[in-house]
Amino acid sequence: MSARASGASPMSTEWPLYEVFVRGKRGLNHVHVGSLHAADDEMAVRHARDVYTRRNEGVSIWVVKAADITASSPDEKDPLFAPAGDKVYRHPTFYTIPDDVPHM
Amino acid sequence: MTTDADVSLEAGFDATIARSERIEPRDWMPEDYRRTLVRQIAQHAHSEIIGMQPEGNWITRAPSLRRKAILLAKVQDEAGHGLYLYSATETLGVSRAELTDLLLAGKQKYSSIFNYPTLTYADVGTIGWLVDGAAICNQVPLCRTSYGPYGRAMIRICKEESFHQRQGYELLMTMMRGTDEQRAMVQESVDRFWWPALMMFGPPDADSPNTAQSMAWGIKRNSNDELRQRFVDMSVPQAEALGVTLPDPELRWNEERGHHDFGEPDWEEFMAVVKGNGPCNRQRIEHRRRAHEEGAWVREAATAFAAKQRAETERAEVAR
Repeated sequence: MSARASGASPMSTEWPLYEVFVRGKRGLNHVHVGSLHAADDEMAVRHARDVYTRRNEGVSIWVVKAADITASSPDEKDPLFAPAGDKVYRHPTFYTIPDDVPHM
Repeated sequence: MTTDADVSLEAGFDATIARSERIEPRDWMPEDYRRTLVRQIAQHAHSEIIGMQPEGNWITRAPSLRRKAILLAKVQDEAGHGLYLYSATETLGVSRAELTDLLLAGKQKYSSIFNYPTLTYADVGTIGWLVDGAAICNQVPLCRTSYGPYGRAMIRICKEESFHQRQGYELLMTMMRGTDEQRAMVQESVDRFWWPALMMFGPPDADSPNTAQSMAWGIKRNSNDELRQRFVDMSVPQAEALGVTLPDPELRWNEERGHHDFGEPDWEEFMAVVKGNGPCNRQRIEHRRRAHEEGAWVREAATAFAAKQRAETERAEVAR
C-alpha cells in the first residue's frame, strides 16, 4: 500500500484511526478518552500524550487501532444483554434481609 | 419507503431522547440528526483550528517569557480542542481529511469571530475574557447535548476554557493597573470586540430556523437569545471590576426582567462576515491552506518511516 497523506488525499490513504485509553491514576482502569490519527503505534502514543494528557490527566496510555476493535452490534442489543435481565438473583437487592440486621 | 423496522428504530431513538439519555455512535439515528451534528461539530472544530491564528499572531511579540509561555499553552489547547471535536465528528462516519478539505474549500464554516484582526496585544486579553467567555456560555450547556461523543468532548474543552478566560482577564487587569496608554489600549480593544462577541451566539431566535429542531433533538439546550442574555448579564459586573465601559448606550439593568437590556448587534455586518466578507476571512483560510500544504512532507515522511519500520520488523520475524 502506498499510503500518502497529502493535501486532498482520499479517505483510504489517511493515517489509521487509533482509539485512546488513559489510566487517570494508579488504582483506576484505563478509560476511553477519544481517538486520533497516527502513522504508527509509537506516534499514536506520542500524539495521545499531547492531545489527551496536557494537564496530568493520566499515568498510562493505551492506544489501539480502531479497526482492531470488535464491538457488540446495536442490532444484537437484546439477545446479547438479555440473559442478564432474567437473572435478578445476581443483584444484592434480590434478597430480603430484615432492617435490624447490621452491616448487610 | 418506510418499513415497520424503520418506524421501530425511529421510536427507539425518540424514546432515548425523551429519557434524556445519550445517543451513541453505533445507534440508529435519523439522517437529519446525523447531518445536523456533522455540520455543527465540524464548524466547532474548524473554529478551534482557525481560532489559533488571531492569538498566534502575538506569540513572538508577547511582552515577557511568562506571557509567551501562557499564550503558547493556550494556542496549543485550541489545537487540542479542534482534535477532540474532529474525533467526535469522525464517530459519525466522516473522515478528518474530508472535513479539512471542506473547510479549505469554504464549504464548511467556522465562527465569524475569528475573522476579526488582533491589532494590539490587549486583544489577547480581550479574546480570553470576552470571546472565550462567550464560548463558555455556549459550551457549558453542550456538555449535556444528546450525542455522547460531542458531550464528552465539550466536558474536556470546558475544563480548559476556564484557564483561557482567566488568563485573559488577568492580562487585562494587569494592563489596567499600568499607564494611561495601556488603559486606553484595553478600552479600545473591548470596544472592537464587544459586538462581535455578542454575535457569536448566532442570529436572533426569530431568524434561527434550525434552533427548534436542534432543541427538540437535545443537540442544543438553550436558544441563541437566552445564551446571549446570560453572557451580557455575566459580563457587566466583570467590566465594572475591570474599569472598562462596554460600548452600548442602551445597556442598563432592567429591574422588572431581572436582566440587563442591551442594544441590537449589527446583523448586516454579521451576515457579511458569515458570507466571507469580514476583515480577515481570506487571510485565515489562505493561512490554513498554506500550513496544510507546507506540512504535507511531514505527514508523508512519517508514513514512509512507519512503512519502513513495519518492513524491518517483518524481515526480522522471517529471519528468526
